Amino acid sequence: MRVLTDNWSTYWHGFLGTLWLTLVSAVLALVLGAVVAGFRVSPVKPLRVFGTGWVTVLRNTPLTLLFFIVVLGLPRFDITLPFFTFAVLALGCYTSAFVCETLRSGVNTVPTGQGEAARSLGLTFGQTLRLVVLPQAYRSVVAPLGSVMIALAKNTAIAGSFSVVELLGTYRTINELGYDIVWTFVWIAAGYLVLTLAISALFNLLERRVAVSR
Amino acid sequence: MTVESSALYDVPGPKALARHRLYGWLALLAIAAVLGWVVYMLFHTEQFTYQKWMPFEYKGVQELLLRGLGNTLRAFGWTVLFALPFGALFAAGRLSEHRAVRWVSTVVVEFFRAMPLLVMIFFIFVALKAPPMWALVAGLALYNGSVLAEVFRAGVLAVPRGQKEAAYALGLRKTQVMAYVLVPQANRAMLPAIVSQLVVALKDTSLGFLITYEEFLHAGKLIATNLDYDLPFIPVVMVIAPVYIGMCLLLSWFAKWLERRGRRDPKVRGGAPVAPTGLTPDPQG
Repeated sequence: MRVLTDNWSTYWHGFLGTLWLTLVSAVLALVLGAVVAGFRVSPVKPLRVFGTGWVTVLRNTPLTLLFFIVVLGLPRFDITLPFFTFAVLALGCYTSAFVCETLRSGVNTVPTGQGEAARSLGLTFGQTLRLVVLPQAYRSVVAPLGSVMIALAKNTAIAGSFSVVELLGTYRTINELGYDIVWTFVWIAAGYLVLTLAISALFNLLERRVAVSR
Repeated sequence: MTVESSALYDVPGPKALARHRLYGWLALLAIAAVLGWVVYMLFHTEQFTYQKWMPFEYKGVQELLLRGLGNTLRAFGWTVLFALPFGALFAAGRLSEHRAVRWVSTVVVEFFRAMPLLVMIFFIFVALKAPPMWALVAGLALYNGSVLAEVFRAGVLAVPRGQKEAAYALGLRKTQVMAYVLVPQANRAMLPAIVSQLVVALKDTSLGFLITYEEFLHAGKLIATNLDYDLPFIPVVMVIAPVYIGMCLLLSWFAKWLERRGRRDPKVRGGAPVAPTGLTPDPQG
């Protein structure tokens, strides 16, 4: 217990770092994922091919390698950004591929008849999308989207090894002060559990509110 | 993915087709512009100079890379070897009739799934002082084994109920029902999901890089940060990334192939695939 109380500010900083990294990366992943999902269901072939390529490459790239490329590789292109921004780029792009696949499977769960009915009522494309297809699509993917977000929160741990202040990285500081290493990790683990349980609870709540049964 | 199968669009008429073609060309232009910029930057920052590619001519460097690749594959092999029995054991535990066994298995599986993999690996490496490879393998096996346990369990539960009832009616005991009736059928439906999870395990071996395990990415970093070769960072990425992506793609394709074959096979049609390959159980690492 003393490990936690003595190093409260270190832990708290690390926890906030992880939380902030998760939040910002999640926003990037959700936006980027939605755009790429849009590409993949669009009638324009080059966009579909691009979307497929994006998802295939990112899903089969180890996240560590992606961090390696972004954090150490982009500076070779004279692109120097804060480490935090680099970490958000790596995590956001990586997760966007999974978000895209989840959203796309959501669009695919909407029966074709729904779109046909909407069109026969004279709704425009935008209206069909906004009023009929997307609401159902989003509601059917709340649960899988939750798992993607939990995975994202867990993946932020990698950022600590690339000079970003986050929870796992705090073990170095505390370890140097000579505290019991096992308890140091117990509290780090507890921090991640709090975060993932919170995300899981949030998405459960969302799911109960909006889920469609079909 | 054909456009016709979507709820979003009608089959396009001539006007819509013309419009789509226009968008297509615009998109192509945009993509070409981005690619062009990347190529320009590659030349502009002199990534193709001889000095930067020279290291790959040396035997020592080639051997370093090969050794790294070998270590990656070795860690992956051990992980598979441990994760599969672990998964099977705890899936059986969660399906057990004894409440205590069920309870313990659930706690174990849920705990290892909720923990970030890297935290476990660091814990085993730093606190338990395991050598890097075994820390990596243990972490990977515990995490992927737990995910596999859920896959196995879902597979067994997905076998139609009548099968189990019939087996019990024939007088088989629980172990026999499992071994002769449920598991063989579940196996075929689960195979694609298992292979997909192995892709995740293969990708995650690169976490070994962070605990100084001398795997493929580690070898790459050694070469990339060498001043004598003018920090050949981009060339190293251009060599390493395709190998990683290629290995994972091969496994992913294998999973998809298994799934397609399973769908054609009337014997497994009853039990739907446990998890569509499109959604790998857990997109960790």
